[in-house]
Amino acid sequence: MDVALQQLVNGLTIGAFYALIALGYTMVYGIIRLINFAQGDLYSVGAFIGLSMLSLLAALHVRNALVLTFLGLVVSMAATGLLGVLIYRVAYRPLLRSPLSILISAIGASLTLEYSLFLIYSPSFLVYPSLFSTGGPALGGIVVSWMQVTIFLVSLGLMLALYALVHRTKLGLAMRALAINQDAARLMGIDVNRVIAATFFIGSALAAFGGVMTGLYYGQISFLMGFLAGLKAFTAAVLGGIGNIPGAMLGGFIVGIVESVAIGYISGRWKDVVTFAILIIILVVRPRGLLGERVVERM
Amino acid sequence: MGPRSHRIASIRAGLAIAAAVAALGLPLAANPYVTDVATLVLVYVMLGLGLNIVVGYAGLLDLGYAAFFAIGAYSSAILMVHHHMSYWLTIPIAACLTTASGAVIGAPTLRMRSDYLAIVTLGFGEIVRITATNLSFSGGPDGVWGIPRPSIGPLVLGSSASLYYLGLAFAAVILILSHNVARSRLGRAWRAVREDEIAARAAGINTVSTKLKAYMLGALLGGTAGSFFAVKLTAIDPTSFTFVQSVNILMVVILGGMGSLPGVVLGAIVIVGLPEALRAFQTVRMLAFGIGLILLMLLRPQGLWPSRIGTLGRVRAARSPGTRSQPTGQAATS
Repeated sequence: MDVALQQLVNGLTIGAFYALIALGYTMVYGIIRLINFAQGDLYSVGAFIGLSMLSLLAALHVRNALVLTFLGLVVSMAATGLLGVLIYRVAYRPLLRSPLSILISAIGASLTLEYSLFLIYSPSFLVYPSLFSTGGPALGGIVVSWMQVTIFLVSLGLMLALYALVHRTKLGLAMRALAINQDAARLMGIDVNRVIAATFFIGSALAAFGGVMTGLYYGQISFLMGFLAGLKAFTAAVLGGIGNIPGAMLGGFIVGIVESVAIGYISGRWKDVVTFAILIIILVVRPRGLLGERVVERM
Repeated sequence: MGPRSHRIASIRAGLAIAAAVAALGLPLAANPYVTDVATLVLVYVMLGLGLNIVVGYAGLLDLGYAAFFAIGAYSSAILMVHHHMSYWLTIPIAACLTTASGAVIGAPTLRMRSDYLAIVTLGFGEIVRITATNLSFSGGPDGVWGIPRPSIGPLVLGSSASLYYLGLAFAAVILILSHNVARSRLGRAWRAVREDEIAARAAGINTVSTKLKAYMLGALLGGTAGSFFAVKLTAIDPTSFTFVQSVNILMVVILGGMGSLPGVVLGAIVIVGLPEALRAFQTVRMLAFGIGLILLMLLRPQGLWPSRIGTLGRVRAARSPGTRSQPTGQAATS
């Protein structure tokens, strides 16, 4: 029982990372029907920018862990968000009408980000500063660190904020209108390009948040870290029902938990096989994802 | 057929003959390194042609095609190394195994929406690769090595040139097969399903079995390419069959222009050739490759050599009111 609970806790932590990346996938897909392959790499970029910021602040003798984390997160999220918008402007916007060309362009953007990090930073793992102690609340035989609690709660808070943004604000209304019918949205006076850019900004910033938190949690980052995480997050987005925001969160947590349970009960070597096998089974049984609406392929 | 189309036809025939002569003469003029790179191009031509049937003809996005490549390569390698079978005998066995695995993964999933199919194939590709890494009979992470060269009687096909010609023969057969099948009843059914599945069903096409045939034929060709790859390299390991490999093969198809056979050949040359040509700039080559892909798509969004068959979809896509963007028509008119 302890093993199960322990893996559940670990799974919720990893799942939070997947969910944060998956939100970007799902929002972009919902609006322009693009699998943004660069999404996982924006998560890596976020982690690296965060690391640079933390090193810079350390050089400026900022010692307070909370201040460091806050500034690192804010700068990284803003910069990565802008990078996401830049990628949309340069690599995607001219191709919005050719679905496969835009997909290749996204793969190109992903490679460009990965190998820019490779050249600018390092081909090997980089060490993240450890700002927080590993202590945590005592819960019987289970080890939970305050860090895990914080990651889970803050991620959840961000997701709820995003949900509120999409369902309570004018920008969110515009996003939802765009997802239903882009031309009708434009006729209603919505600045389509701006709304898409805002979507890319938010998706990239959330991934950056996940990236910085991953660095702080695992203590190391690499230029390829976003590749597999991106793949899992994409899986999570489809699992929850792509285009659906609560679905992406649910999918992220499920993928994280399935992976942790597979590590705990089978072996780390087989965790990805178990994850993908369960994914395939769920999609065969319930092809629209867990929370996805019934979508007709083409009207 | 006006004089203009006659002229175009003769230009095309001339180009095809020139390409065939260049392909046949290449090992005579080039050093073994260039011949080896050209053989790798041929492997990607085979893979690209196989995936072209799935993605280009039938319109099913497959992100795990390397799985069939892997199953073909491992079947031949294991049968030849552990069971001392002749290469020629392993080809039909590998083909049967890959076709069967294509049916197993395709049958339950081909009813899905296309983006879900993409993720299922992606998952399947990862499962095959990780399984090959974890099991002992496939050699684990080290893979299978010491795969013998193919031989015809006493003649061993060991030199770069002889393996090149073997690959060329495979690629040519698959090319002719692809050309003919595109013009068959089945090929027309694939295009109908690709353009409008509901209309195709209304016209009496069994869409699931049509898609399944595309999937199985694609798997068979990918497996054949894998068998050849195994004897060409004499050693295989799981790192050759990653998700990146699947993406590379997909890029061969899309770069050239979906459904276009000369496009696949051109795409294979670019995908293999560009990183080789950039080898001198080891550290920046992947970065240059990424930027190059974006530029290529921005400048030629329909691929390098777009298909002329069934351009209906493209006409409609260009007409349909979409997002304000650059016109992409110039590529569609070729």
